[in-house]
Amino acid sequence: MKWGIVTFPGSLDDRDSLYGLGTVLGQHTVNLWHKDRDLKGVEAIVLPGGFSYGDYLRCGALARFSPIMQSVIEFATAGGPVLGMCNGFQILCESGLLPGALVRNRSLSYICEWTRIRVETTRTRFTAGCSAGEILRLPIKHGEGCYVTDEATLKTLKDHGQIVFRYVDATGQITESANPNGTLHNIAGVTNKAGNVVGLMPHPEHALEAMLGGEDGRKLFLSALAH
Amino acid sequence: MLAKVYVTPKKAILDPQGKAIAHSLHTLEYNEVGDVRMGKYLEVRLQGLSRAQAEQRVEEMCRRLLANLVMEDFRFEIVEE
Repeated sequence: MKWGIVTFPGSLDDRDSLYGLGTVLGQHTVNLWHKDRDLKGVEAIVLPGGFSYGDYLRCGALARFSPIMQSVIEFATAGGPVLGMCNGFQILCESGLLPGALVRNRSLSYICEWTRIRVETTRTRFTAGCSAGEILRLPIKHGEGCYVTDEATLKTLKDHGQIVFRYVDATGQITESANPNGTLHNIAGVTNKAGNVVGLMPHPEHALEAMLGGEDGRKLFLSALAH
Repeated sequence: MLAKVYVTPKKAILDPQGKAIAHSLHTLEYNEVGDVRMGKYLEVRLQGLSRAQAEQRVEEMCRRLLANLVMEDFRFEIVEE
């Protein structure tokens, strides 16, 4: 599968994503530059973590208007698989491809730690290879990961099964202490109605090799391959 | 012409920065302080527009970029310099 990984000024997980998808998972990868419109014939797109445009104004707000994002929006609207991780999730929310927004962590601190998330739905392109209720161990590293939305949108998310991942404790229970950043209903990731666009705060690309702490991140990428 | 734009977190949205500031004000014994909300203030300089045009254009700028209506409210005033 041919994957496109977008680099914005200030992206910092683009290299890790290229390494993870290319070297570790053996995929065909190409780097997409923020100033370009050409998607180079990719079959899936990754929006990596980092601090695009210095997080100026709001996280992801300026990346949304870059030339490449106009092509990404067209690609996603046509049903192409798009995965946004961390800053990539923030960009997807700002661009309107995903509902809601991400605000400052409740603690006001930047958090860097391993978390557990539960797969709430398998009908997305990036969780189709997981089982419902499966628990994945993935790291987070962010200052603005608190997902918010209004009541009406939350109801729509629930009604359409758009909540993809929620933070849980070691036994798989949704608890307040398992919520790292104050996020609404322990939400760690959401999808659009069609299930082809997924955004999450944790980093599957940092969890592809046992030597680096875990391999659970593979499941998201392998889901896109198989389905 | 200058647009003074104020962007603030919506009432329903948790504002941990505002809370931390309120806490510090209480520590300084400003016990009259209730809620603090922290937002952004932007100055946007405009050229070649009538006041009515400026109102309409700045409203559009706020909706498209300056504020995220999922989590923020905005208001603005247009002043002559």
